[in-house]
Amino acid sequence: MSSERTPPLSETLDPPVWDNMPLPIEKLDFEEELMTIAPERTDTSVRRARTATETVERLRVEDISVFYGSKPAVKNVSLSINQGEVLALIGPSGCGKTTLLRTLNRLTELTPNASHSGRILLDGEDTDEIVDTELRRRVSMVFQQPNPFPMSIFDNVGFALREQSRKRPHRRDLQPQVDKALQRAGLYEEVRTDYDRSALRLSGGQQQRLCIARAIAQEPEILLMDEPCSALDPRSTAVIEDLIVQLRQDLAIVIVTHNLQQARRIADRVAFMYLGDLVELGETEQVFTDPEQEQTREYIAGVFG
Amino acid sequence: MASANPLAAPQLSPSRRRRRGRRAPVRSWRARDQALFVIAWTAGAGLCVCAAALVIFFAVQGIQYLHPDLLVTRPSVAATQAMSGGILDPILGTVLLAAIGLLIAAPLGVVSAIWVVEYGRPRWLSRIVESAVEIIAGTPDIVLAIFGLALFELGVFSPFSLAEPGGAFGRSFLNAGIIVSAVALPSVYTATRNGLIATPRQLRESSYALGKTRIATIRRVVLPAVRRDVATGATLGLGRIIGDTAIVVLLLGATLRNQPASNTPFIGLLRGTGSTLTSYVFNNSPAGDGNAPDKAYAAAAVLLLLVVLLNWGVGRIGRIGGPLIHEPSRRLGA
Amino acid sequence: MFERLRRPWSDRRAELVLGAAACLLAVAIAAMIVFIVRGAWPTFQHEGLSWLGSGGNPDAQLGAMENTTSHPPASAFLIHAWPLIYGTVLSAGLAVVLGLAISVATAIFIVEFAPSPVRRVMSPIIRLLAAVPSVLYGLVGILVLVPFTANHIVTQGEKKSVAYVVQLSGGGLAVAVVLLTLMITPIMTALIADALQSVPRPWREGAIALGLNPLRATLAVSVRAIRPAIIAAAGLAAARAVGEAIVISMVSGGVSFSPNPADGTIFWFEPFQSLASEIVRSAEAINAPALHSTLYAFAALLLFSSFVLSLAAYLVKLPLRRYQVSD
Repeated sequence: MSSERTPPLSETLDPPVWDNMPLPIEKLDFEEELMTIAPERTDTSVRRARTATETVERLRVEDISVFYGSKPAVKNVSLSINQGEVLALIGPSGCGKTTLLRTLNRLTELTPNASHSGRILLDGEDTDEIVDTELRRRVSMVFQQPNPFPMSIFDNVGFALREQSRKRPHRRDLQPQVDKALQRAGLYEEVRTDYDRSALRLSGGQQQRLCIARAIAQEPEILLMDEPCSALDPRSTAVIEDLIVQLRQDLAIVIVTHNLQQARRIADRVAFMYLGDLVELGETEQVFTDPEQEQTREYIAGVFG
Repeated sequence: MASANPLAAPQLSPSRRRRRGRRAPVRSWRARDQALFVIAWTAGAGLCVCAAALVIFFAVQGIQYLHPDLLVTRPSVAATQAMSGGILDPILGTVLLAAIGLLIAAPLGVVSAIWVVEYGRPRWLSRIVESAVEIIAGTPDIVLAIFGLALFELGVFSPFSLAEPGGAFGRSFLNAGIIVSAVALPSVYTATRNGLIATPRQLRESSYALGKTRIATIRRVVLPAVRRDVATGATLGLGRIIGDTAIVVLLLGATLRNQPASNTPFIGLLRGTGSTLTSYVFNNSPAGDGNAPDKAYAAAAVLLLLVVLLNWGVGRIGRIGGPLIHEPSRRLGA
Repeated sequence: MFERLRRPWSDRRAELVLGAAACLLAVAIAAMIVFIVRGAWPTFQHEGLSWLGSGGNPDAQLGAMENTTSHPPASAFLIHAWPLIYGTVLSAGLAVVLGLAISVATAIFIVEFAPSPVRRVMSPIIRLLAAVPSVLYGLVGILVLVPFTANHIVTQGEKKSVAYVVQLSGGGLAVAVVLLTLMITPIMTALIADALQSVPRPWREGAIALGLNPLRATLAVSVRAIRPAIIAAAGLAAARAVGEAIVISMVSGGVSFSPNPADGTIFWFEPFQSLASEIVRSAEAINAPALHSTLYAFAALLLFSSFVLSLAAYLVKLPLRRYQVSD
């Protein structure tokens, strides 16, 4: 019988400090990483060129405020997320960017005292009206810490696909979808020989790509990423950044990041948040070179962080 | 864009806030999940019902059959239940047995745990000791009782009991107490060991920094820190001793009254035979000699009450006695 | 003399003294094994391993031993204990299977569905059930369940149909299994519920974020992840059920009969005896040498089987470690 007693978090009404999660020591497997063929790093200007000329709005956030108990974590935020673009949420710790991200797929409901006001529209539908399991199939999430399930690689990627259908699908039915997801996530070449290997044996960067494959296996419309590279080494980070740029062709991606350079590298638009407010929203280059708000300028210059 | 002034709270009436949106109702789940939903609720409710039924049953029977004078009268051999006396001897027997058992188990358990955690060299030896405790914990009490019989057959232990005619050994409180301590030992050991492991290293290091030896540190710094764990473990072990029947039935005999072996005070009783609440219940049930269900219920009620009190005590004392099943830090989805 | 003790001890001396006390435990285990095997030796000597098989009625055989005096002839050691072994395995096995199902379901209930106040109450309830002495379960069994079964569940017709072989007195397999299950379920439930809650939160969160409902997430991820803990709990419960002497001796019907599944529903009401309960029953006359070594042989078998159960639980966990980060 367990002998530890952890104080139940539900007793505290303070918003959980998501942005302060300690960075773990990554499980590295350098040899495997070196053996892979990493995609060439493309020029930043070419990277950010949008393929579509018209913008299709996928997600619209209307005047969202999120409360933990009575304390507001996000205050009156409105923005829109378009197909084919990467939106980066930046800001110092505790500014509410992760809370905002988690509101987009209603993951905040896992916290007992969380509530929100305002609306989020996914392709015109109010997300509160969509059944939560359905919503999360259309809006997928990748977390800061790679969290592959304690199963084989195939089972991980096919996990949600299996659980969704009423009848249990055969492995061969899922194979093409699993292959496609792994290809899109850039992991196919490295694991195709052995899908039954335990996912926990992969290196940190590979695990994160596996989580991305798992998230996109259901062909979601929006992909949410909560600091996906903060637990990884620079090489894996580069691989995943290139991946994000490629993925945005089919999806809309919202990424929370602490790393301003990363935001500059991969994002099309940037939203700067501070203490729950959306301070500035605009095209990346414009926000970084000539921000409208004084606070934005100070944050980017590193006056506070 | 809202201003960055943190004091400008959003002007919203609380009624516009929503806690959560639409969720997938149970009805929409797969049939298998729905079935499990029903089974889980049934199992949980069923367990609560059984527990309540058990306690209520013994409470009712106890109120019916447990007269206060039974607690202070000694049992007597008689044909009818009305004449068969009270349960004072079994109560005293239980207390005596528990005392002997704890007096052996507690120091031994604490000392062993200290050695394993604080010293523990050579490593293979400490692993053997850990395995030994696990084996003791996993051994059925009837096997421990047989071991007791075998052990006290030896001539060297003959002063521990009164020799029976025709046999080389006897049954006594001392013999039963020594063996029943094995039932409490794992509880004390595990509790102390976990408590020692949980004390922060800084505690010991600051004592070493002051120049104290290891043993002095243990005595003055570490042991007081694990007092609560030791108490919890001892209480858990006490509960197990009080509830043990097999060892008592085999090593204490079936006499109703406590019979000292000689007239020496106390030592005579240690060497003598008698009964405890558990053996009394067993013997008065149709499974034993006596057929006195009324008295059995009375003793059973006292026994259950003792166990409940001890359990509640464990919950109050300390670290280990916290919620057996933790409140999760967030309730996911319910 | 006490002055020497009162002077501050050196670490070396403390280590030796403490270590000696700890080694006492190892010595005690070794002594236990040695003594029991030694006591059982005559039976092995005279009967070899055939005493584990079947042949004749153990009750009669044990009864015959009670009158033996010292240095009995080899024939006095005759015992075929298979009905007892069968009774032990049957009752414990059924109880573990039933208990495991109930425990997993209850653990899922506690972790998933129970409203907060109910969950807070479950802890003390389970702890209480686990702490109830076995003799009280036995008392409920023998004074309530057995008469109830004899008078209201087993029909007269059924009793007559087997009267020429065995008496259906109400005590038997069903009552014993019910009580054993009730005894082992609380511990298993506590262990499994604890394990469920210590599954790393990111896994569950990840499953929810992929669009699974909470129960599905728990089943697909958490339950799968704690398979080693479930095995361990089952092993622990099995060891407890196999060694339970008092409850069985009170409610099993007291006859060394082998319940026959081919008897249909009567199977559940047939009496049996287990190794442990037989020891309790015959312990009074243990001074008789033949009976002495036979009972010790039973104890040796029980000791051996509790080792095997722990080892089996450990071994079954090993292949499952492949997918675990830690167990």
